[in-house]
Amino acid sequence: MAIGPEVLKIKDLKKSFGETAVLKGLTLTVRQGEVLVIIGPSGCGKSTLLRCLNGLEKVNGGEIVFGGQFLTDPQTNWSRTRQRIGMVFQNYELFPHLTALENILLGPLRVQNRKKEEALAVAEGWLTRVGLWDRRDAYPRELSGGQKQRVAIVRALAMDPEIMLFDEVTASLDPEMVREVLDVILTLAKEGLTMLIVTHEMAFAKAVADRIIFLDEGVIVEDASPTVFFENPATERAKKFLNIFQYDDYHKNEGAKGDSGDSPLTPPVIF
Amino acid sequence: MLDSALKVFTMGRNLARLLEGLGITLQISLTAVGLSLLLGVPMGLLMASRKPVFPALLRLYLEFIRVMPILVLLFLFYYSLSKFWNINLSAMSVSILVFTLWGAGEMSDLVRGAVTSVSRHQWESGRALGLSEVEVSLFIIIPQAIRRLLPGVINLTTRMVKTTPFVFFINLPDLVKVGQQIVEVAGMRNPLASVWVYGFIFLIYFLICYPISLFSRYLERRWQN
Amino acid sequence: MDLTYILDKSPVFVAAAKLTLVLAFWGVILSAALGLMCAVTRFYRWPLVSQLAGAYIELARNTPLMVQLFFLYFGLPRVGLVLSGQTCAIVGLTFLGGAYMAEAFRGGLAAVGKDQVEAGLSIGLGRFQLLRYVVAPQALAVSLPAISATVIFLMKETSVFSIVAIPDLMYVAKDLLKEGRGAETNFLLCAAYLTIILPVSLIFARLEKRLRFAGFGS
Repeated sequence: MAIGPEVLKIKDLKKSFGETAVLKGLTLTVRQGEVLVIIGPSGCGKSTLLRCLNGLEKVNGGEIVFGGQFLTDPQTNWSRTRQRIGMVFQNYELFPHLTALENILLGPLRVQNRKKEEALAVAEGWLTRVGLWDRRDAYPRELSGGQKQRVAIVRALAMDPEIMLFDEVTASLDPEMVREVLDVILTLAKEGLTMLIVTHEMAFAKAVADRIIFLDEGVIVEDASPTVFFENPATERAKKFLNIFQYDDYHKNEGAKGDSGDSPLTPPVIF
Repeated sequence: MLDSALKVFTMGRNLARLLEGLGITLQISLTAVGLSLLLGVPMGLLMASRKPVFPALLRLYLEFIRVMPILVLLFLFYYSLSKFWNINLSAMSVSILVFTLWGAGEMSDLVRGAVTSVSRHQWESGRALGLSEVEVSLFIIIPQAIRRLLPGVINLTTRMVKTTPFVFFINLPDLVKVGQQIVEVAGMRNPLASVWVYGFIFLIYFLICYPISLFSRYLERRWQN
Repeated sequence: MDLTYILDKSPVFVAAAKLTLVLAFWGVILSAALGLMCAVTRFYRWPLVSQLAGAYIELARNTPLMVQLFFLYFGLPRVGLVLSGQTCAIVGLTFLGGAYMAEAFRGGLAAVGKDQVEAGLSIGLGRFQLLRYVVAPQALAVSLPAISATVIFLMKETSVFSIVAIPDLMYVAKDLLKEGRGAETNFLLCAAYLTIILPVSLIFARLEKRLRFAGFGS
């Protein structure tokens, strides 16, 4: 899918909680149809970045321009803007008192005032594609984690957003359910939906991303294609981070290759 | 204005009598709370047990106590016990008895809730560490249960204090009854007497109950995590 | 016990029970409305009104209804505000109940997580829509036990209404006790209160059970 014009421009974005600065001047441009995967150690500001883009956090400085509109303008009509920015959360956050279908229809019917038949047709289309149309009348508590997350993705998609934000959407899932959710996102990527994805699934990141954004301590440390980033990271910090996901060097019956006994998997010496 | 207020409280032994009334109010509620704890804890433990008979019976008792207005119970015991079964109890004893019957029921439910809310995993992990059942109860379950219980107990105390004016109906000279007597006498010459006296009583109740409920909320918040 | 005496006097109790029920009904409805208003002002943290609501809640929750009634019925006329016994009863019950209802609703609103609010915001719901479609339904389910306890508490509290000269059940019973038929009178009194309060308690218990099975709220 071809990459289109710029849709999202972030310039010198700053955000702090009290004294702690979480985003320290972030600059980033996203083009239409691009898939950005944002990775980095916990506390690096990945989630905060997504939340700022959706107006869930107030920004302290800098600019966010989305489709020609300044989201950093305090006059922003967030209800209207959020219809164009879909967001999926780590813990699904389906509304427990509504069925899967009602969860999906709430936005189109109440916020966008669409016709019932039209909204229903859209919901049916998406639910069928994620394989859950026959579960439409189930309440969230009757669904597995993976099913809930797929419904949550459809809930965001049903608003017909221009960009999707995924905030660690597989972090709460049992391992065997991670795949079914990631496959949905992968399909969306192929179809050219613009997406910002925060994840810890490195193999998935490699597969889905057009660009990898490596964030550490509130700044972008690397912005590279997945091949470059994973095979040849430019900075020490990125190398160190990627090492966390590497177990090849260790085997419990041997010492660590390369360094002597100081590997994170060797128990500390107490006596 | 203030003059008339001053007069009501300084006339005769009015202030002293009000304080005596307050003494009766506190005596009833605090004694009843103490007795309720004494009775309610074993009742609650029985309710939490898995043997079928006791919990059902106690449940029935609790539902009756909850549905029946305390005032009706006071009437029942004051007029029936003494006159028809020839048991002569003073109004004071009847009050304490009724408040205890009510309090013990509520207390047992609080205890049951506190004990059953400590998760089964706590039991299991205690046992898995090799502790005996007694040790698990003593070191793991009871300390956690007490934390969950205490805010409720304090809450019940303020409810008891706020219910004491009911003894007015069986002619016990509590704070409210004394207030009414004072208003009757002073009201003839001092039209604002009722405003001052009932306002004063309102304030006293507030000054007793508010700090207690603040304390209960503080404990709840502190022990929530 | 003398059955003919009981039958003879039961119309008096039925009339008194009706009056109690009517007063309790209005007290509960108005309490719920007042409580809802307070809870919403506190939920949105509207300045000043939310503090005022907070002060009112503390004042009403920490004082007995009887003292509130005495003040309304005997105190206020002295400063020029004369209220009938029935008005006092309903105003007093609402003053008390509004605070308890506000606390019940607050508990429910607080139980709806910040994440649910954010999920609602993320699909573009406005502030009012958020309350109506996401927060309120969940909060109500959580509040139900507290609401039910408050309704029953208020119904029981009506038993003090005779102090403002309302011919309710206690008033009638006290009157009849003078005839020296304590057992019959007390029987009628208990039966009357059981008849009006027990069904309410059972209905709420069923509702709570239904919601528990629906599986949200806890």
